[in-house]
Amino acid sequence: MKNQHLYDLENESIYILREVVSQFKKPVLLFSGGKDSIVMAHLARKAFYPSRIPFPFMHVDTGHNFPETIDFRDTYMKELGADLIVRYVQDSIDQNKVQEETGKYASRNALQTVTLLDAIEEHGFDACLGGARRDEEKSRAKERIFSVRDDFGQWDYKRQRPEPFQLLNGRIQFGENVRAFPISNWTEEDIWSYILQEGLELPSVYFAHDRKLVKREGQYLAYSDHLNIVESDEIEERTVRFRTVGDMTCTAAFLSDAATVEDVLKENVASKHSERGARIDDKRSESALEDRKKGGYF
Amino acid sequence: MELVRISTAGSVDDGKSTLIGRLLFDNNALTKEQEELVAKKTAEKGWNDPDLSVITDGLVAEREQGITIDVANIYFSTETHKFIIADSPGHVEYTRNMVTGASMAETSIILIDARKGLLEQSYRHFYISHLLRLKRVIFAVNKMDLVEYDQDRFLEIAVEIQRMVEGLNADVPYTVVPVSSLKGDNVVKPSENMKWYQGKTLNGLLHEPQPDVSGTNPLRFDVQHVTHAQENGFVDYRGYSGRVISGTVAVGDTLRVLPSNKESVVTEIRRYTETKDKAVSGDSVSISLSDEIDVSRGAVLVHPDNAPEPQQLVKATLVWMDEKNATVGSKWLMKAASREFPVKLQSILKSVDPTRKNASESKDIIALNDLTEVEARLSQPGYFDTYESNKKNGIFILIDPQTNNTVAVGFVTSLS
Repeated sequence: MKNQHLYDLENESIYILREVVSQFKKPVLLFSGGKDSIVMAHLARKAFYPSRIPFPFMHVDTGHNFPETIDFRDTYMKELGADLIVRYVQDSIDQNKVQEETGKYASRNALQTVTLLDAIEEHGFDACLGGARRDEEKSRAKERIFSVRDDFGQWDYKRQRPEPFQLLNGRIQFGENVRAFPISNWTEEDIWSYILQEGLELPSVYFAHDRKLVKREGQYLAYSDHLNIVESDEIEERTVRFRTVGDMTCTAAFLSDAATVEDVLKENVASKHSERGARIDDKRSESALEDRKKGGYF
Repeated sequence: MELVRISTAGSVDDGKSTLIGRLLFDNNALTKEQEELVAKKTAEKGWNDPDLSVITDGLVAEREQGITIDVANIYFSTETHKFIIADSPGHVEYTRNMVTGASMAETSIILIDARKGLLEQSYRHFYISHLLRLKRVIFAVNKMDLVEYDQDRFLEIAVEIQRMVEGLNADVPYTVVPVSSLKGDNVVKPSENMKWYQGKTLNGLLHEPQPDVSGTNPLRFDVQHVTHAQENGFVDYRGYSGRVISGTVAVGDTLRVLPSNKESVVTEIRRYTETKDKAVSGDSVSISLSDEIDVSRGAVLVHPDNAPEPQQLVKATLVWMDEKNATVGSKWLMKAASREFPVKLQSILKSVDPTRKNASESKDIIALNDLTEVEARLSQPGYFDTYESNKKNGIFILIDPQTNNTVAVGFVTSLS
């Protein structure tokens, strides 16, 4: 049976993707290999079928991604026949544009903004399609579908354009660009239900697997060379899955036996924890994500 | 799962954030993280009742000032329904955000402080619900705990509301419910303190079936993008990709293409790998026609026997959303669906005062948050319906060509 709610969301997202292609000269889809960007890629395929997806994909690789995600990304891009641009945070570090963070919470999450803005300028992208959702986080809840960023990529909530009836105004000055969010109105549950309905493949880290972990302040982080281990950390091996797939250094694992999309859906609903509760980068302060967004983070 | 889209509006300090917080809290819809935040903030303030206002306000400036500046979308589910709340600011200076929030909703909740009764803002909120032809309005008379849960006070306000509704000749179905968000009365749990109230709780009202006001509208298909393809086994595929704004289109239908006025027959309606017999309002599809005719972005596909008359002038109610004022002769870009063309403000017919306190004065300047009836001259023929007859084809935005800002939203009132 057709799920009307998902069908309506799909209608809306396809509409937005087509507006982006029509209103901008050089859009790009920011693809991380995470579930939201996989859904975005699938929607892009639907919006323009039978033609090819009329824009390239770009991944800002922090170098701290899960290897499973990177493998998945490369396989999926080949299957899709899409052009993938990869830009590395390591290059920005080598060029002394950003400083690696130090200490036990060191993460490259915030550093990727610089790499992203450089890549936007290098390629002359005027619109970046992102998979952000309004249910993720409180400052995301205020985000427009077309979010205009100035020359420095900054988000200014006071300058946000009203979007009544989803009439989208993508007119910009030279040097400005737009972050466009076609799945703004989807919730995490919608995403998983859609993945189930469409039979989409995901990187294996989204499902229960045995992994070596670092237990820190009650949360489990993936053990890796990128994590600065300190004395109070405990190393354990447990069966876990990841609910969001960011950097290995700042994404916490859930103890879980959920091996299929159905299991994950059931478990997420029952858990009552929010998805970004596992994002350590958001816990730095009450406005951590808002501050990053103002600085050009996507 | 039925989906209910709600817009909330309230004035400063009338407890809107607390009401939404209470709705989520008593529906057991808070995440663990939100529960922890509530506990932390309540302890910081030393309150007896939970501080539920902290759930909604998102931006640093909002938390600092204790107000809502911008629309936030809040999602929650109960066993039977999914809810999306567009939590909109109440300040007059954020009317534009309120209209934006309400544009996605079918139900509007208007908050009223039981101590204060109807304020200028309440009139404005109701006027906007009426202007947007929302399906139903719920007036939540809040802070009943601060008026000793007094039935007479509630009835006074109910009479004020009735007068306001009648004053506008509004035919929107509405309900008035006495609540205390802070204490939880009549939000989700029936009030122990107001036994005199026999009606449903706010949550009960939100779970009632929504009035079905969808009629049969004429076909309006907006061409967003022309899809050409030689891939995936297709030879010279050509599809007009866009959205059914209103009505229904079926394979075999003869369509007229506006503005060229050429006609052709629908050979295929496609959505990805699936072909369909028909598409209905809201569907994003690609339509193929039997003849090779000129169709590009901005074209409107209609049935020849139910085509709109091309318009040079339209009358509309504008909600002005920009700091820069407008006067007769001002020029903008009008965006209606995928069409974008210059328009000029021909005349200002009258300014609307939602409070109806001041006699309707005619003004020659339109300023931020003004509600104004105007006449606009179009540089290209318009294919509007009136908002009243066909909502989705009766709206547009205006864009300032210098700043690129979206400066107004318009509701078409009559065509000429």
